[in-house]
Amino acid sequence: MTGLSFRLVQASLVALLALFPAAAFAQVGQPAPGQLGFQTSVTPIMDSIVAFHDGLLMWIITAIVLLVLALLIVVIIRFNHRANPVPTKTTHNTLIEIVWTVVPILILIVIAIPSFGVLADQETIPDGERQYLGSAIFSGGEVDVPAPGLTVRAIGYQWYWGYEYIDDDVEFISVMLNDEQLAELKPNEPRLLAVDQELVVPVNTTVRVLVTAADVIHAFAVPSFGVKVDAVPGRTNETWFYARRTGMYYGQCSELCGIDHAFMPIAVRVVEQEEYDAWLEAAQAGDLDGANLLLAQAD
Amino acid sequence: MAQAQADTAHAAHGTPTGWKRWLYSTNHKDIGLLYLYFAIFAGIIGGALSGFMRWELAEPGIQIFPGLAQMVYGVDGDAALDAGKHMYNVFTTAHGLIMVFFVVMPAVIGGFANYFVPLMIGAPDMAFPRMNNISFWLLPPAFILLLISLFVEGPPSLLGFGGGWTVYPPLSTSGHPGPAMDYAILSLHIAGASSILGAINFITTILNMRAPGMTMFKMPLFPWSVLVTAFLLLLALPVLAGAITMLLTDRNFGTTFFDPAGGGDPILFQHLFWFFGHPEVYIMILPGFGIISHIIATFSRKPIFGYLGMVYAMIAIGAVGFIVWAHHMYTTGISLNAQRYFVAATMIIAVPTGVKIFSWIATMWGGSMRFTTPMLWAVGFIFLFTVGGVTGVVLANAGADRAFHDTYYVVAHFHYVLSLGAVFTIFAGWYYWFPKMFGIMYSEFLGKLHFWIMFIGVNLIFFPQHFLGLAGMPRRYIDYPDAYALWNSVSSWGYLVTLVAMGVFFWSVVEAIMRKRKAAENPWGEGATTLEWTLSSPPPYHQFETLPRFK
Repeated sequence: MTGLSFRLVQASLVALLALFPAAAFAQVGQPAPGQLGFQTSVTPIMDSIVAFHDGLLMWIITAIVLLVLALLIVVIIRFNHRANPVPTKTTHNTLIEIVWTVVPILILIVIAIPSFGVLADQETIPDGERQYLGSAIFSGGEVDVPAPGLTVRAIGYQWYWGYEYIDDDVEFISVMLNDEQLAELKPNEPRLLAVDQELVVPVNTTVRVLVTAADVIHAFAVPSFGVKVDAVPGRTNETWFYARRTGMYYGQCSELCGIDHAFMPIAVRVVEQEEYDAWLEAAQAGDLDGANLLLAQAD
Repeated sequence: MAQAQADTAHAAHGTPTGWKRWLYSTNHKDIGLLYLYFAIFAGIIGGALSGFMRWELAEPGIQIFPGLAQMVYGVDGDAALDAGKHMYNVFTTAHGLIMVFFVVMPAVIGGFANYFVPLMIGAPDMAFPRMNNISFWLLPPAFILLLISLFVEGPPSLLGFGGGWTVYPPLSTSGHPGPAMDYAILSLHIAGASSILGAINFITTILNMRAPGMTMFKMPLFPWSVLVTAFLLLLALPVLAGAITMLLTDRNFGTTFFDPAGGGDPILFQHLFWFFGHPEVYIMILPGFGIISHIIATFSRKPIFGYLGMVYAMIAIGAVGFIVWAHHMYTTGISLNAQRYFVAATMIIAVPTGVKIFSWIATMWGGSMRFTTPMLWAVGFIFLFTVGGVTGVVLANAGADRAFHDTYYVVAHFHYVLSLGAVFTIFAGWYYWFPKMFGIMYSEFLGKLHFWIMFIGVNLIFFPQHFLGLAGMPRRYIDYPDAYALWNSVSSWGYLVTLVAMGVFFWSVVEAIMRKRKAAENPWGEGATTLEWTLSSPPPYHQFETLPRFK
């Protein structure tokens, strides 16, 4: 009985999940209280992950769990010792055994086709010609993404991030604000996610991120971009994102790195190209604080 | 002649008594019980650690651990906050290591397999009884070393190793210069040696000591599951031993296997670790598969459906389990083609696992089921393992894992297959064989109460963690953004419910000991067909002095 009500709860939660992105609208770039599903996507990569999970995987796994549950309920009702005092002696049925071997293989193939597409998109840096899947995970790809317009190096330290705009000679570190700093400087930003100096990038631009670490392994992750890659000492990992909406997007270090693992968030501020140009100019002139202040005032 | 006299003397001696019976024991049943008691003891510690973690995570902010660090380590003032944060990491690490190496493995392999494999194959004892003794007695020192490691220096001026059960370098090398990690490495070495000796013993016993007439394909499924598991142990654990030895020399003798500054590679360690670590998860669940098969067949009063398919499915799971390790490493920067391969290989495991789930259901189909306590645990296991299995299929896809890696979705997944999977098989086996091992009956009422409360509790703990993972909450965090408060709070309440269930479990044991309801040879009726039910409850100290003839 508990099993049944548990399934009913889950089924209604799944229904809620489908409704969820609209409710999350006000909270783009960070989790919302009580959230059930993904954070709102703002990149073609996260679009494809959402479509793959919410649109395909979730339905398949829910159907499988419901099927197993239904079969369990049937055997419990029909084949308990009161309903069926004399058991059969059946121990083989070649046909059914072939069916429950072959059907799962077919289901896995249905999963694998978009899975490989979604994966290849994530791991292929845009060259301006390749088309990406976006939400249409069963298409051959129809979303245009420009070649990278900006390359940033992200370096994990115990316990903060360093960012280098390698073609523009700007570099700074990004440290989480503690509760007092948060109340004083950025009272409207979320606790544990807000930082002193965000990574600033232009909207509608492909940003290539070269990720490494200086001491132990960290991981650079931004959920609404669909980006997560380990920052490994002695190795540079490459990833990319193309954000189509301005705003502030938060992520958190995603590889255990010591006592302040929970306190080295990633904050990415996506701004209009003109704002970015002005910010970069001021930053290059050495006035990073003033440059960030300009952006904060523009909000 | 001397030999013959010795044999007579051996047969004539009585049951050893007192501490000698246990410390010097070469008897597989006594050693099996020692393993079970050890697992229960370690389980209390491992479970308590997770209780503190859930207490801390019940609401946003850092509440519990600084005070706990003050109490336990005696630090104070400003140092307490850092000591508390580190202590949280130490607890997640110790919880993982204890539950894997000192609870689940000793319970299913050391405990149930030691006790019941010889009985089920009609053997008088294990092949190497003295090695069996040392296998067990290596475990307490290993556990003590791990506990000592909690109280010696890890990072400068902080106590214990807080780098996770995966012990990734450089956090486990340059990140923890103190001796805490060295204690943990030695602990794992000894626990690993114990398991390898056990595996050799099981392989020899099962291959050579089956009763006359019991061919491999007439052997019950539990010994089959243990045989497959023993091969996994034998092949996987030496790789772990090698990896942590390299870690040890990196830490202490100036080698640079995993240090890029000397030409090494931190990712190499992850490959070695997961080459062990992935088979390890099947090591924890395969014996449980065997236990569930017997319980389902017994209480459906039907032979297991598709016996051959079940055997081949376990062999397939064991074999494929060795070639999927890098699905734990999708975000480390391994190449696109490597990720493609590991996606495909990983998804294949769903097929034999599905065969097992459906075969269990087919065994019940047409049966005459009685819902005794072990049957409730077994049916509950089938459902919860399915839930954990399908999220495994989700995580197998590197494209989707980009969002889930190192989030609570992963925590939810592996607790569904281990905490709700492997642990449910342990409780199922406990109630199924309780009358056989102790000669007394447990209370059906308390056993069922234990099941229902625990079923609700563990689902409350782990189901909401899927939502946290989807929303992006990383794992191994002492504090989290306020938006994650609701589901963390539900999860922590679930821990309290589970704690009540564990109280009922211990009460059921005490109640059974106090009431002393005598158990019959075979309390389960005609469905229980394996050889252990032909013996008295508990079985004689030496069984099968004349070997049973099979069929």
